[in-house]
Parts: sequence; structure tokens; C-alpha cells
Amino acid sequence: MPDNTTGRRHMDLLRFATAGSVDDGKSTLIGRLLYDSKAIFEDQLDAVERTSEAKGHGYVDLSLLTDGLRSEREQGITIDVAYRYFATPNRKFIIADTPGHVQYTRNMVTGASTADLGLILVDARHGLTEQSRRHAVLLSLLRVPHFVLAINKMDLVDYSEDVYRTILEEFTTFATKLDVPDLEIIPISALQGDNVVDRSVNMDWYKGPTLMHHLEHVHVASDRDYRDVRFPVQYVIRPKSDQHHDYRGYGGTVAGGVLKPGDEIVVLPSGMTTTIEAIDLFGQELDAAYPPMSVTVRLKDDVDVSRGDMIARIHNAPVPKQDIDAMICWMSTTPLQPRQKLAIKHTTRSARALVKDIQYRLDVNTLHRDPDATTLGLNEIGRIHLRTTTPLLADVYAQNRTTGSFILIDEATGITVGAGMINN
Amino acid sequence: MTVLDYRLSQLDQLEAESIHIFRESAAEFERPVLMFSGGKDSIVMLRLAEKAFHPAKIPFPVLQVDTGRDFPEVLSTRDNWVNRLGVKLVIASVDDAIRDGIVVEDGKTSRNRMQIATLLHAIEDNGFTAAFGGGRRDEEKARAKERVYSHRDEFGQWDPKNQRPELWNLYNGRLHQGEHMRVFPISNWTELDIWDYIGREGIEIPSIYCSHQRRVFERDGMLLSESEWNTLREGETVTERTVRFRTVGDITLTGCVESGASTVDEIITEVATARVTERGATRGDDRFSEAAMEDRKKEGYF
Repeated sequence: MPDNTTGRRHMDLLRFATAGSVDDGKSTLIGRLLYDSKAIFEDQLDAVERTSEAKGHGYVDLSLLTDGLRSEREQGITIDVAYRYFATPNRKFIIADTPGHVQYTRNMVTGASTADLGLILVDARHGLTEQSRRHAVLLSLLRVPHFVLAINKMDLVDYSEDVYRTILEEFTTFATKLDVPDLEIIPISALQGDNVVDRSVNMDWYKGPTLMHHLEHVHVASDRDYRDVRFPVQYVIRPKSDQHHDYRGYGGTVAGGVLKPGDEIVVLPSGMTTTIEAIDLFGQELDAAYPPMSVTVRLKDDVDVSRGDMIARIHNAPVPKQDIDAMICWMSTTPLQPRQKLAIKHTTRSARALVKDIQYRLDVNTLHRDPDATTLGLNEIGRIHLRTTTPLLADVYAQNRTTGSFILIDEATGITVGAGMINN
Repeated sequence: MTVLDYRLSQLDQLEAESIHIFRESAAEFERPVLMFSGGKDSIVMLRLAEKAFHPAKIPFPVLQVDTGRDFPEVLSTRDNWVNRLGVKLVIASVDDAIRDGIVVEDGKTSRNRMQIATLLHAIEDNGFTAAFGGGRRDEEKARAKERVYSHRDEFGQWDPKNQRPELWNLYNGRLHQGEHMRVFPISNWTELDIWDYIGREGIEIPSIYCSHQRRVFERDGMLLSESEWNTLREGETVTERTVRFRTVGDITLTGCVESGASTVDEIITEVATARVTERGATRGDDRFSEAAMEDRKKEGYF
């Protein structure tokens, strides 16, 4: 799409989620990335210095920059996902900073759900911990397309190549059991700044990219599905004005594939077929629309289309289904039970769902499947069967993260209690 | 086969995400309203809403909380936008709220703080179930934790420890009677993105964002405007300087910065190299305590 802006152009966007145990130096690393890219401002730094001093810390505690809430500062822990921003000349970054502490699975799932890249931090002195493995499993389950394992605190192991190699081998062996399409393993010292933005003079044996270089150059444009057209209809636009008397457009965000005027399409679940007349964006007719563009599609024929419907290509459309087999991350303190009824939201479609059965609970540490599980507790992950009141126009999550995902809502409290990824 | 470039610039991605949020909320909430102050963020929001429903009109009204201490340039920009788009403007006035006994003027509470009760009353009074706010997560660390859909209980309160998990682009808009949702469509934008977008779209903003001559005085390291509501304290003197505003709010608390940036391009250059946040530079109301913003948000502030 033409971008007629002045100044700094074609900057793209990388969303990444951070993971790591409490003392792995995550805050220091984020602090350094923000500081070195000049995203920390003087008044923010002053405030952190003042608070560090008032607390009697002998150093400037960069974690104060990221722990934004009163209760977090009181307890010195991170409770919830926070989003942070920085930019280099070519790319803007959105960090989903997920806590290493309590309730951490659901927060990690939240942060990773929109991430292009997952950054796992390990302490070079301790190597892979249970926590690092769990993070890797979750990123893999969420199908985050790029992984970075940052081996931190290399300064505390004399910048030893052997230590790096050992952890690298351990992780790559472990990763063979996971779905890790792209992996980069970088030895760093967040505190000293080795290989974060500047190449380390202490590790001349390391020939790979610095962390910042990798974040700036990792190729994310082809991660989305550009083959299978998926356009969930979000909002019907019908101006009732003299000027646009006959206008009828379907607003939505392209979830997959490339839509073009003239394409033959099918509307689901009705199965009516027609042709794309035009694709509009604020009075401009576009040649094509692709993920994640938000556009308005006009169709040649006056077929009945409403919110919750899906536009797809005629011979490449999802099969509407009411029996759903999915991996669930449960996010409520009240356990998930068979026969439970929940509200489900999938793309722009809402329905109700009945939990038919729990197939197994997945141990995210060992990948062991427990088929005897009868419930799923807070932060637990399992495979379940659901029956929905209306058919979902769904794909397998592995094929499309947008049309393959859903949330479950407790109808009594209105709270989001589950995150689901469809298996088939 | 033609080779197409399917990369979308980050500004286009942000725009697409915001449009998605506007459409989703308009579809799912019974009575949404757009909080519109006439400042740069709310102007960008209004443009995004305009795009989301084009060529239809924006399907919800806009709500302005009038502190009675607003900049006249901001109010006139507000009126221009509202007239051009033909949207309904609802004004919740702090002066009216004082008159009706909804808030109490004790001479100590700032107008900014009095906006909280005024706003909550207006939301309740009009039965709004969702209110779009121009909050950005880069502004302040309490905002960095805010969800796109931010649930408020029947008292209008935010509970930061009990937020709904927000996954993929699936927003949960379930409400109980009396509750409402704050919706933040530009959560992921930064100050620089806002300016880039204003430049790219060539949209009208209040003139006080650009450099101009103003009679100002210095207080607590900030440059405040001379006005009938600001009484000079001992040692304070008014001088004329070349300034501009980075945020606009209550005239008694919103500071300006010395700047010669008179065009959007010049402002972009200035913002890109700024070393102080917009709030740190110019918002008196965030300086009261380490958690000033968080505390106000819990009560119902945006």
C-alpha cells in the first residue's frame, strides 16, 4: 500500500515477548534496550534514581522503570504483562514484558499470543532451568515464529565459550521436541552491555549477531498466511445518506490470504458465492488487501452477509464445525470441568460452548500427557473437546493464529477464563 | 506471477489495529462514546473512527469533559471537527458538576481531579456502556499495564490486579448492569507515531501545539500560561517566550516548552530527539506522587 508520509519511511513492526526467571536480568536487559535506543527519558531516569536512593539501593534499579504499579513496587515483583515501546531507524518494537513470577503461564500466554518473536533469557551460571524449558514449551504451543535464547550474565562465567556451547547444545536437543521454526542463541551481558547493542570485545569467539541486530533484521513479513483468504466480517457499513444511498460494505481485518477486486469468493456459513467488487479504505480503492489490514469489502451481488460471517475463496474455505478439538490454557482459579458451559468468542463470532471432555493435561515441564486428568486448574494446559451452539468458521491454529484461536468467557462473571488453540 | 510486497509499515499496522478495535466495540457495545478533548491523541482517534466507518458517519457521539479551564484554541478545534463530521457532541462540564453538587470546589482540588466524578456522572447519566479513551501505554508506567479493553466496575473503578487477560485480537466486552468498559484504540501508539500520523494525514490540530509567543511564568520547573485562573505567587514573574505545548489539558496545570517548532515536520524532529517525556515536561498533575496516575485511574480517571 502506498505510504505517502514524509520523513522516516517504511518502518516496520516487531512484537516480541520476553520470558525468563526472576533473577535472570530481564529488567536490566529491557532497561538497556530502552536506554541504548534512547527510549528512556531523563525524567523517567531521574524518578528511578530518586526511588532507588529512597529505598536505600546502592545502584540504579532499572526494574523500577518497568514495574509500574504501586503493589508491584511494594512487593518488588512484576504482577502483570506490561507493554513497552522503542524504535530504531528501521523498526518499531513492542515488548510484551511478561512476569517471571506467579500466575505466570496465563500472562506468558497473553504476551505470546500476539508476538512475532519470543525472547527467553537464561542465567549462564545456572543454564537451562525448569522455567526456561516451560517458557520454550509455551512459545512453541503459541506458535511464536521466532525464538531467541539470550544467555545472560556471561561476564560472571568469564565469557566462557564452553559454557555457551553447553547451554546451546542442551537447548537445541530440548527444542527438537518442540516446534521451533527459527532459533538464535546469543551470549550476552545485559549489565555490561556485551552483545546487546554493541558487539562484545570479550567474546571474540562468537560470530553471530548482537541481540539488537537480530531484533532489527529478523524477517517477519512472511510469517503470516498469504495463501488462504480469510476475512471475518466485523461490521456492516450502510450509510443512510443521499450521497451513498446504495453503499453496502463489509468492514473487517484480513486474517489470511490476499483479497483482490474481481476475486470469486464464498460467504460462510451461507455458502453463497459472488465476486469482490472493490476494497475500500477511507475513500480509496485498493488493489489488494492482506493481513493485518483493516478494510471494507464490497461485493457484486446483494447477498446476505452479517457480523460473524466469513469471506473465503470458493475452493479454499474453512469447513463450519461445532465439534472443536483444542489445546486450552485455563486462566481461572475455578477449575475447568467437563459438562461446563461457557461463552466462546472466535474471530467476530460469539457462541456458547459445552465442555464435552478433557482428553489430557499437559505437563509443560516434561511434556508428559496425563490422560487421567478430570479438571484443569489455574495456569494448566490441556486438550479438550467442545461442542458449540453455532458452527465456528475455524482453521487449525498451526495454519492460522487468528482463525485458529478463541477465548472462553465465564458467563456469570464475564471474565476471560480460557485461551484456546484449535487442533483440527 | 507478479511479486507483491506484503509488508505493511508500522504506522499502517497501528492504524489497522485501531480501526479493528473501533469496529469491534461499535458492534458489541450498546452505547459507546468517544472521549474527545480536542488534544492530539483524541483528534487522531476521531480520524481513526472516521476511517473505520467511512463512508457512513461515526455511529457514536463524542463526549468532552469541559474543565472550564480549557484552552480556547482547543475548544475551537473541537468544534471544527465535530461540525465537519456531523457527530453529536455531549459536554460534561465541571462547572455544572460543581453547581449540581456532584463535585465540591474546596479551593485545593485541581480541576483535573474534579473531572473524574464529572466524567463518571456523565457516563452514568447517559447510560454509556463503553468509552473510547486516547490513553497510550508509552505515556506513563501505570498506563503500560492497561488493557485495550479496560473493565470498570459499577463505581467506575479500575482494578489493575484483576484485569481480564487479553489474547490475540479477541476482545472480551462482557458487562454487567451498571458497568462500563474503557476502550483504548491507540494503546500501542507512541507520541512520535501520533505526530507522524498527523503529518501524514494532514489533519487539523489546535494551533497551540505549534510554536507561538506566549506570556508565561515559571513554577516548579514548568512554564505555565498567564491566565485569569493562575494567581502569581511570590517571586514569580511573567515573561513572553516562544513556546509550544506537548499535551493539552487544564490551562492551570499544563505547562509548555520553549520551542521554535512551528510545523508538524519540525515537531516530529523535535519529538524524535526529546529527552524528557511529554508528561514529565508538561503535566503538573502527574508530579504529585510516584503513583499519581495509577491512583487517579483506579478512581475512574482516564
